[in-house]
Amino acid sequence: MQVIKENTTVKPLSGNGYTADADLEARSLDTMCVNESHKVHPWWYNFKYMAVGIVFGIVFVKAEIISWFRIQEMFRLQSFHMYGVIGTAVVVGIISVWLIKKFNLKTIHGEKIEFHPKKFNKGQVYGGLLFGLGWALTGACPGPLFAQIGTGALVVAVVVLSAIAGTWTYGYFREKLPH
Amino acid sequence: MLKQPWPWYVAGTIIGLIVPALLLLGNKHLGISANLRHACAACFPAGIKFFKYEWKKEIWNFFFVGGILAGAIIAAQLLANPNPVEIDPRLASELAGYGVTDHENLLPKELFSVESLFTVRGLIMLIGGGFIVGFGARYAGGCTSGHAIMGLSDLQLPSLIATVMFMVGGFIMANFILPVILSL
Repeated sequence: MQVIKENTTVKPLSGNGYTADADLEARSLDTMCVNESHKVHPWWYNFKYMAVGIVFGIVFVKAEIISWFRIQEMFRLQSFHMYGVIGTAVVVGIISVWLIKKFNLKTIHGEKIEFHPKKFNKGQVYGGLLFGLGWALTGACPGPLFAQIGTGALVVAVVVLSAIAGTWTYGYFREKLPH
Repeated sequence: MLKQPWPWYVAGTIIGLIVPALLLLGNKHLGISANLRHACAACFPAGIKFFKYEWKKEIWNFFFVGGILAGAIIAAQLLANPNPVEIDPRLASELAGYGVTDHENLLPKELFSVESLFTVRGLIMLIGGGFIVGFGARYAGGCTSGHAIMGLSDLQLPSLIATVMFMVGGFIMANFILPVILSL
């Protein structure tokens, strides 16, 4: 949170005219990652994230994580595969985050790596349930949707547009929903 | 070797390593459904507070998702599995009962095609399914990547609750509701 305070003093107005405070408040709604870099990098530095995405996409396809069949098998308890994938990923993730915290590792640009505790709200229950229903219907969560398109299932672009519409509808009714 | 489906422990390990990769490369937390929100913020914020933020600060995530798309194209073009998808025989026979018999690719063409969009079940699965994936992910504050992978890696209780609810929803849909939809 220290960094954020710095940001408000150094840069009271952000590019679009929102104050940095309001911007942070809006971005932190429902636990979005709000870490930002205070170093100015050229835009093409973002290709490093694309490289990681490419690895993710290849694994999605080659381990059949984007398979509608695999998701059906998971929820029917007919296959261990998806439980193995998610379980292993979580164990590796837990060890990694623990190591980063323990040794106070910095990013490759020397910045501190930040974590923000998530707050419980009822959205995790109701929204989680809705998301699960959709996951079993489409056989994909948001990441795999993009990978499905990449394998040539172009009709999934319609699913993505519908998911964006769903996100927008949530934003529209957000204040009226129980949280 | 590379063309065969990869085992779960290989895939799980690589996906787990994406968490520290993003953190070390630039202090970024894995979370894909946020992109759907950024798309709203970029294209049609409509004065809604939830979409009024500087989405350009999150542009790294569009690059990340672009990478996923590119990775999938690479895998499908260069590393495609020449054999049909292996499916649990119980699932195969259940699906055959609904006329879903295509096992050539990871998505059955009876359900995932433009023609399917003009059927009742296809419409519910593709449009309805996509809608609640987007709505639910944002309502829950994250999807499988943000909560189940990143949140659990950071031992966040709200993420565990969300992950459990994802699974509950999936069980209900796959076992009780989907059979009705597939028979439409």
